[in-house]
Amino acid sequence: MKAAIEARIWRGGAEGRFETFSVPRRDSQTVLDVVTFVQRRLDPTLSYRYACRVGMCGSCAMTVNGRPRWTCRTHVSRLGEGPLTIEPLANLPRIKDLAVDMVPFFDKWAKAGGRFVPSADAGADFAAVEPASPARREADAGIECIGCAVCYAACDLVSWNPDYLGPAALNRAWTLVSDVRDGGQAERLAAVAGDAGCHACHSQQSCREHCPKSLNPTASIAGLKRAALRAALKGGA
Amino acid sequence: MNLRGRAEAIAWGAQRASAAVLAACVLVHLATILYAVRGGLTAAEILGRTRGSAGLALFYGLFVLAAAIHAPLGLRTIARETFGWRGGALDLASAAFALFLAWFGWRALGGLFG
Repeated sequence: MKAAIEARIWRGGAEGRFETFSVPRRDSQTVLDVVTFVQRRLDPTLSYRYACRVGMCGSCAMTVNGRPRWTCRTHVSRLGEGPLTIEPLANLPRIKDLAVDMVPFFDKWAKAGGRFVPSADAGADFAAVEPASPARREADAGIECIGCAVCYAACDLVSWNPDYLGPAALNRAWTLVSDVRDGGQAERLAAVAGDAGCHACHSQQSCREHCPKSLNPTASIAGLKRAALRAALKGGA
Repeated sequence: MNLRGRAEAIAWGAQRASAAVLAACVLVHLATILYAVRGGLTAAEILGRTRGSAGLALFYGLFVLAAAIHAPLGLRTIARETFGWRGGALDLASAAFALFLAWFGWRALGGLFG
């Protein structure tokens, strides 16, 4: 194993170049450790984003050797001895170096009806939702998403159609469609049906392949497709 | 649901349903061809079997209908994703292509089964 890691890191915004740094190899070293070493010891002007360092916040996602990943959960030793190429996430505007603008990503959560709409008033009793009920199980399957945008960066459809809502926003919409307490279903299904919505998904499952939490947004999107079709055939939503 | 959303949802359903019909039709068609040509087959023999066969005419009529629904919807998606073409003009062009496929398909069936 070589003593040093050759790290090629993107510098600049939409226009830029790769800059190569030599970083000492350590045991149990993550890609985030490499980036942090560069920023603290070699070039303090390097911009990147992270918070928890332990796979809880999802803010350190970057493109590593061509794949979107959480850098805090990617061990360098598992990537081989070749140069490490680190870029910002794809499909999002590059702000500077490894930091992307997440606004378009989260705007699409809002566009997809990603906000819970209470159907009961504040004085109502607690809603009883049976944990084993099919709807609750559907919601459970997608509810652990932490919004890291790895799926969004991995989605070919987003790169072809920048208006496409993307796997994470549609997954969020599906968890709410499966929420029996929610009162905003008509508006939500209307929001996700359309040529930039769920029916545009090709089910290539790149989102599922790359999701660090092993969620399956493709299945959520398939659920939305069926729900929207049922609503369309009924004539309502 | 607005008209656009409803149209997209129904178009998706139509494409899935037509895909299922096409899958069955292609299998039946291939099996029929393999069976029919095992001892050699001339155009006159084909016409001799197809003319006046209501069952085959119905089957291939359904085949044409499924293709006329499925192909334009798929091409519409390709036009959107590859060329960025969207909107009413694309829908009209897709509908025109569907009519084109249906018309020429059924016209060909008229020659085979009429």
